[in-house]
Amino acid sequence: MTATLSKKTVGAQPMSIKALFTAFFTTKAKAIILPSVGIVCFLLFWSLAASSIDTSLGKFPGPSAVATQISNLIDEHNTEREKETAFYIRQEQRNQARMAKDPSYEPKTRAYTGKETFLDQIITSLLTVLSGFLLAAIIAIPLGIAIGLSKNLNMAINPIIQIFKPVSPLAWLPLVTMVVSAVYVSPEPLFAKSFINSLITVTLCSIWPMVINTSFGVASMNQDWVNVSKVLSLPKLVHIQKIVIPASIPAIFTGMRMSLGVAWMVLIAAEMLAQNPGLGKFVWDEFQNGSSQSLSRIMTAVIVIGLIGFMLDRTMLQLQKKLSWDKSSAQR
Amino acid sequence: MSIILDISKVDMVFPTPKGDFTALKGVDLQIKKGEFISLIGHSGCGKSTVLNIVACLHKATKGGVLLNNKEVTEPGPERAVVFQNHSLLPWLSCYENIELAVKRVFKNEMTPAQMTQWIEHNLNLVHMDHAKDKRPDEISGGMKQRIGIARALAMKPKVLLMDEPFGALDALTRAHMQDSLMEIQQKLNNTVIMITHDVDEAVLLSDRIVMMTNGPAATIGEILDVNLPHPRDRLALAEDPEYNRLRSEVLTFLYEKQRKVEAIATPTKKQKQSDVA
Ligand SMILES: Nc1ncnc2c1ncn2[C@@H]1O[C@H](COP(=O)(O)OP(=O)(O)O)[C@@H](O)[C@H]1O
Ligand SMILES: [Mg+2]
Repeated sequence: MTATLSKKTVGAQPMSIKALFTAFFTTKAKAIILPSVGIVCFLLFWSLAASSIDTSLGKFPGPSAVATQISNLIDEHNTEREKETAFYIRQEQRNQARMAKDPSYEPKTRAYTGKETFLDQIITSLLTVLSGFLLAAIIAIPLGIAIGLSKNLNMAINPIIQIFKPVSPLAWLPLVTMVVSAVYVSPEPLFAKSFINSLITVTLCSIWPMVINTSFGVASMNQDWVNVSKVLSLPKLVHIQKIVIPASIPAIFTGMRMSLGVAWMVLIAAEMLAQNPGLGKFVWDEFQNGSSQSLSRIMTAVIVIGLIGFMLDRTMLQLQKKLSWDKSSAQR
Repeated sequence: MSIILDISKVDMVFPTPKGDFTALKGVDLQIKKGEFISLIGHSGCGKSTVLNIVACLHKATKGGVLLNNKEVTEPGPERAVVFQNHSLLPWLSCYENIELAVKRVFKNEMTPAQMTQWIEHNLNLVHMDHAKDKRPDEISGGMKQRIGIARALAMKPKVLLMDEPFGALDALTRAHMQDSLMEIQQKLNNTVIMITHDVDEAVLLSDRIVMMTNGPAATIGEILDVNLPHPRDRLALAEDPEYNRLRSEVLTFLYEKQRKVEAIATPTKKQKQSDVA
């Protein structure tokens, strides 16, 4: 703005340095430049700090070590996939050969049991966190609406919520593991037990922020809207569908974003603790492994965990922007 | 003409932490079909409480409300309300806000096509057909109030209740809205109770002005018949002696008989003593 203005008024004279500067730093440019500056500064600080920290497993990994590990991990993933295809081809050939010799032979197929790569672990963790979160939402949102609508129900349930909310779900983990292995017995399980354990742990910690925010949103709904519904004498279910849910969508989303953030943190810890497949297990295995590469692989995992958490939150934000009428609550 | 609404000896006591608060005492009013009543009184005297009791958003402690000789106990669309701060649902467009009401009230009587027509008819009535797909936060305060009125009118209420419908609007918009309301009233001849604290608005629009005493235990102080012929024109009326007589009657009631005692202006005994000392 300033730049174009001054250009017009000053005419042929060249722009001053200051005007150039302000033109350069329009809000849009700022949105790109400032975060980049922040990241570059962080990388510099990180590599400086890393080079001066010595551990029993060598130097603390800096940005370049992490970059090397990223390409290593992708290579390992590709090699593992090639091995897998090769295994199945060999198995098929073997079976065919035996069938040719002896037609009565029943071909046997075994599943490939290679080790899970970093990328596999990422997928596992993502699937676990999303399923656990979804299960929590299915329980928490209706429960939150019911609590928000009924003062009596709120009084009855509130103490339970207040007691269980501060419990770290990791404390539940041993109990969950024992109960799942006792109860979840089927000859051909649809899901692995470890998956169920992680999922329940994630669910247990995601429920509370969603219940609390939803019920708060419902209970603090604008009284005018309730009066509109009363004057229209909307039946209970229509009232919930047309008034209560839209009115509390902003609060529900706040709760969902909080839950998803907590869920992601808890999942990694649970995977480390229970040795359940996922990024947590990857970190723990590398730590136990204790090779010269371990630290840089763990550091890579740390950064990937952060990036995924960030991405999950942004996805929720986009969803909120799409679904919520209250655009101002979907800003940050 | 027949009595359509009978507010019969209503008392209202609110339980508060500091004990019971008697807001209304012996409010008694009969309203004829097609009458336009305005309810005027100082802020906090209990006007909204009266309206909420008629709408059944509050339950009277004593007495009750009869609509066509039948006591009303639940809120319902036959007593549609226009709220002071429009109370449109912000997640619905203007059209959808009215649609929600129309679908609810006429679900067994109108075909979808008839409903669409009826909604658009009401949008036309308040001159808002151009903004039907806008959200409430995209239109001005006056426009929101128009949609609020259209929503209430679309319910074909037996009695239309309006709680300071133009209270939040600037003077110019308010005059526009009053003219619109008069025009609509000429066409539809609804039974209306409108709360206002604007003396001109009351005289301009009403058939009767009901003046309330100050609370606590507020009740109806005086009722003034307004026999000015319709249609009324605000400019012509400015020099009309009858109009000015009515206006000064209301002003006298409000500022002499029910003069509002300002708590801040009267120093307490203790303060007086300390002033002397
Ligand atoms: N739900 C309530 N609980 C307690 N007191 C109330 C309640 N609603 C209104 N009041 C009191 O009743 C009186 C009348 O209120 P209201 O009808 O809103 O006045 P107004 O004439 O300004 O519309 C006020 O003194 C108010 O404080
Ligand atoms: Mg009021």
